[in-house]
Amino acid sequence: MRREIISKLSKQIKELSDQLEREIRIMHLCGTHEDTISKYNLRDIMPENIRLISGPGCPVCIIPDTDLQKIFHLIERKRIILTTFGDMARVPFEEKSLQYYSSRGFDVRVVYSVFDAIEIARKSDKPVVHFGIGFETTMPSTASAIIDGVSNFYIYSAHRYFLPAMDFLLSLGEIRIDGFINPGHVSTIVGSNAYIPLFKKYGIPQVIAGFEPEDVLLAIKIMLRALIKDELGVFNEYRRVVRPEGNLKAKEAMKEVFGVDDWEWRGFGTVPESGAPIKKKYEDQDALKFFEDVFEDFIPKEDRRKRACRCGEVLRGLIMPNECKLFMKACNPKSPVGPCMVSFEGTCNVWAKYGRY
Amino acid sequence: MCLAIPGRVESIDFPFAIVSFGGARKRIRIDLVEDVKIGEYVLAHAGLAIQKLSEEEVMEIEKLWEEMMEE
Repeated sequence: MRREIISKLSKQIKELSDQLEREIRIMHLCGTHEDTISKYNLRDIMPENIRLISGPGCPVCIIPDTDLQKIFHLIERKRIILTTFGDMARVPFEEKSLQYYSSRGFDVRVVYSVFDAIEIARKSDKPVVHFGIGFETTMPSTASAIIDGVSNFYIYSAHRYFLPAMDFLLSLGEIRIDGFINPGHVSTIVGSNAYIPLFKKYGIPQVIAGFEPEDVLLAIKIMLRALIKDELGVFNEYRRVVRPEGNLKAKEAMKEVFGVDDWEWRGFGTVPESGAPIKKKYEDQDALKFFEDVFEDFIPKEDRRKRACRCGEVLRGLIMPNECKLFMKACNPKSPVGPCMVSFEGTCNVWAKYGRY
Repeated sequence: MCLAIPGRVESIDFPFAIVSFGGARKRIRIDLVEDVKIGEYVLAHAGLAIQKLSEEEVMEIEKLWEEMMEE
């Protein structure tokens, strides 16, 4: 049955692509979409003039080395318990990673959720700092944890708003994109209406998509049809989950806790209004505020090992992983150089996993 | 990171619930979605329910695709 749906959709995409005589470049914005595309080999079943490009949809990958170094700086100087998601623990800076610190006796714990981190804090006398990363999908859970307010629990917010990065990427003008496949679970929170200003500004069609291969193919079909009819806009293939207004309660919690600032992204530089610092009202739980003194002598360095790493260009959709000379040579899942090879949502890691090289 | 999976609510101890993901049970926070009841489905990400799903949306996904395919 599912095979029938997939083959029917492939046929429809082929028919539509024949009506478009130019190359159509579609960028997806979520590592989980890259996983679906690579796992089901969707690039291979695309007609010749349809190109699927991978974008910045990997929250671990876009965290710049500055944040990572600040976290290292903190755990070297304070007796804390640091909690983090598994992917983040493996990102290297020079020869170190949070996993390395853990092996050297520092108290670094990998958690499934921020709520597990709170439970650790409740059972401990030591300060617990959670390394909060992720886009709008993950921010509401951190917001809830902050609102709960456990006294020895702090958040280092490295959360970033996703839509400003789409805007920034387009404003750079270095890549031609005919359409976006929007991230389904960021969209669950922000809602389909949130993308309308971006569409009005750049006129680039967007389709919010789910994560099954059928979802991605349907999204491509919707995109091609919109391009042919020249009826562009923001479409929602993932209506079973994504509402026009998003999740209002989650948005409210985020707004309560997080402000807006111009923050750095790996490969992008400073992205206006993309950072989510903790508001002054909740500064008692802001690790950057509580441990302010620790960061007074902090100076970020450059990781020379990463000079040849092209993760930034992968994130901007300029190259595919196999165009990087380190890919599957000096940089591989066992010994990653950059975060695109570390994270399960990194395009390099996904390509390595499914042997797309 | 942005992976979210649907599961069925088995018991509630507000603001948390025990949610079964194809048999694997996890403690999930449910207070950011509108009144969740036992037996209903939620989409969970990193320990938080981010959306409620109807049973039809979970069980009859193929039907939904087919309808959209004909649109």
